[in-house]
Amino acid sequence: MARLHEHQGKALLRQFKVAVPRGGVATTPDEAQALAEEIGAPVMVKAQAWVTGRASMGGIKKAATPAEAATAAKAMLGMKVKGFTVEQVLVEEQLDIAREFYAGIIVDDREQAPLVMFSSVGGTGIEEIAAANPGQVASTHVDIESGLQDYQARNLVRRTGIDGRLQRDLGGLLVQLYNVARTYETRAAEINPLVETADGKLYAADCRVTVDDYAVFRHKDLGIEIAREYDRPPTALEKIAYAVEANDYRGTFYFIQMASDFEQGEGYVGFHGAGGGGSMMSMDAVLRQGYKLATFVDTSGNPPASKVYRAARIVLSVGPIDGYFGSGSGVASQEQFHSARGLVKAFLEEHLSIPVVIRLGGNSEDKAVDILQQLNGRIPAPVEGYKKDDSPDFCAERLDALIEAGQLRDVPPPPPRPEPQKPYTFETVTGGTITYDHAICATCKNKICVQECARQILSLNDEGLPELNITPEEAKKGRCVECLACEVDCLLYGAGGGHVHLPIPGLDEHRASLQNP
Amino acid sequence: MSILIDRTKRVLVQGITGREGMTRTKLMVGYGTNVVAGVTPGRGGQEVEGIPVFDTVEGAWEKAGPLDVSVLFIPAPLVRSAALEAIDAGVKLLVIVPDRVPIYDVLSIAKRAKETGAKFVGPNTLGVLSPDKAVLGMMGGQAASARSWFFQGPVGISSRSGGITSSMAYYLAREGIGATTLVHVGGDVVVGLPHPEVMHLFEQDPDTKAVVMFGEIGTSQEERVADLIEAGEFTKPLVAYIGGKAAKSGTRFSHAGAIVEGGRGTYEGKVERLREVGATVVESFMDLPRATKEVLASLGL
Repeated sequence: MARLHEHQGKALLRQFKVAVPRGGVATTPDEAQALAEEIGAPVMVKAQAWVTGRASMGGIKKAATPAEAATAAKAMLGMKVKGFTVEQVLVEEQLDIAREFYAGIIVDDREQAPLVMFSSVGGTGIEEIAAANPGQVASTHVDIESGLQDYQARNLVRRTGIDGRLQRDLGGLLVQLYNVARTYETRAAEINPLVETADGKLYAADCRVTVDDYAVFRHKDLGIEIAREYDRPPTALEKIAYAVEANDYRGTFYFIQMASDFEQGEGYVGFHGAGGGGSMMSMDAVLRQGYKLATFVDTSGNPPASKVYRAARIVLSVGPIDGYFGSGSGVASQEQFHSARGLVKAFLEEHLSIPVVIRLGGNSEDKAVDILQQLNGRIPAPVEGYKKDDSPDFCAERLDALIEAGQLRDVPPPPPRPEPQKPYTFETVTGGTITYDHAICATCKNKICVQECARQILSLNDEGLPELNITPEEAKKGRCVECLACEVDCLLYGAGGGHVHLPIPGLDEHRASLQNP
Repeated sequence: MSILIDRTKRVLVQGITGREGMTRTKLMVGYGTNVVAGVTPGRGGQEVEGIPVFDTVEGAWEKAGPLDVSVLFIPAPLVRSAALEAIDAGVKLLVIVPDRVPIYDVLSIAKRAKETGAKFVGPNTLGVLSPDKAVLGMMGGQAASARSWFFQGPVGISSRSGGITSSMAYYLAREGIGATTLVHVGGDVVVGLPHPEVMHLFEQDPDTKAVVMFGEIGTSQEERVADLIEAGEFTKPLVAYIGGKAAKSGTRFSHAGAIVEGGRGTYEGKVERLREVGATVVESFMDLPRATKEVLASLGL
């Protein structure tokens, strides 16, 4: 879910005429002071961070004067709360609170409908309220097509024992809260506490909104950068990984960084799973061997080889891992040689010197493992590929054995790629560039690229050299699916004239910054 | 028998002319599925794997005859419209393969389905496969692989994870245990046919003698299956594995949804609840075949 800060949620509420305390966002103590002056009354200073329980962390303070507001802001800005750094504070007028309620809209996966919840008691978590005072909590499902009707909302409030004008006002507010939720496609939209002030008005004192990741694309106005659920801010590598995913809808690439600042020999493994369930299940196998995960990756859903390559490069940027372990469900429906090529390209480029065990079972597993095991002798690392008849535990044991043995092959790094003598180039859909050095291709005996090209978009020209049989524009639009055969198979089985350059925005800079902190 | 799909069902492929549509139509036809029509707006008159393509589902129904199932290979933002089109035309079972379908779109599809008595599998599903009969979606990848991996037998398979569906079926097959139907429930939070609904279907299928289920942390599907067992609504032996155990040791893979169910959704919660009602829950995924063999033996199979 993509989370919004309190002030962002409140902005949405304002749009829909739900009253929120007067206030604004400050990023410096001076700004906080200016806001407090403008408000001209005692204020609340509230740290903007995606956490609960801010008050107990010093994230919510009262300020009687603008000077106090500045002091409070100073203490909060830059503070770390549960891993988040506070970059903004919300400065808003204090409310003369007479009563607190809870109002929330969530998606009930069981009933397949939105659920409105209201409690005549607010302030603490809805679970506690519901457990302690069931008579004070009421909920109702909403018809997705006709929305929350005014009378439904009023009856909801009535069931908690509230009548008259207050019932009417709360009902109206619930309808508007639902409209916010529906318009912005929230997973959850909560106002807790919803406050009645001494003069009988209703205000949303706090607001938590999370937006459905899969709907973010059609709400650009929300300015959500990363549509992923993290309960801490994304790391630099996670942002880099997310950018790869956001730029390429083919298949899935999910990445969590699980460790940082570790040393070689501490037992951290780069984990690269395939498929949600397969990854979780394979992860258990690695953990059972006593290793720790530096990364959790899921590349699945039939991703192109280029995506798996980028994922591997990102895993290999997390730090000095002791081994690389890949495993999915074991019996994949997708053709596995695409992933194999992606891994091979990455491992060759990195001239990998840590043991690799990949369980690549499923369709075309023989071909996939053949490609993978060609790495042996080309890089220092020992590489083992396994298929569907090999269990995750067995593969994890193999990784452990290889790490323990610590045997590397004496393979010097290859010389840097020379400038192509006779380049033939075209571009790809994710901003890559494919180059065939026709001077090298001329020496190639099998022109394997043509046969192995996943979309058969290559043919031999009159000189017997590989070229596109479609236009470069069509290739760039996506007819070239970046299967990497024209680099990997070319190198392993042909003359080695093909090269696919795939940019990973931010990665080089990130790695450089690790070298020179 | 089997559930959801066999050779008698007449199948439509929506998005048939797209890359996935074409490849998986080949799989389905090759495996024996009775694909009778395809729809891609604007491509009416074309053919894919010998299957006629129409511009609309209504048009397909008119010209090619009644349609029992539609399999969707459509970009996520367009799924809702395509699904509603199929339901409105009278299709009673949809298999929604694409990932990333917005939740509110799924809710909209769910409502229309409920109103018309239609069902849907997914979204974000590899599909449904009845060994030696037919397949919907992309399970197995290629017809030849599907034929070599799966065979008919007494076990129903239901999984929230795609690759795992085929894995479980394959590892069971390796031990001589065949399946009636493999169902990938789908990876999303809101799915058309969650585990409990699949159990209802397996309960009514006389050929299914036991069920193997792959569950995950999050949502309340597995707990609801336990409820069904307790209520005597699902009476066949259940063998289960729950993925996400490592989530308790500080790794973050859990979903939201705790509010509705009051804390349900944890690995421990699911395992305990299922064991409480007599289901067999294995600790390690690779123990599933052995545990299933024991259950079948106790049934005299």
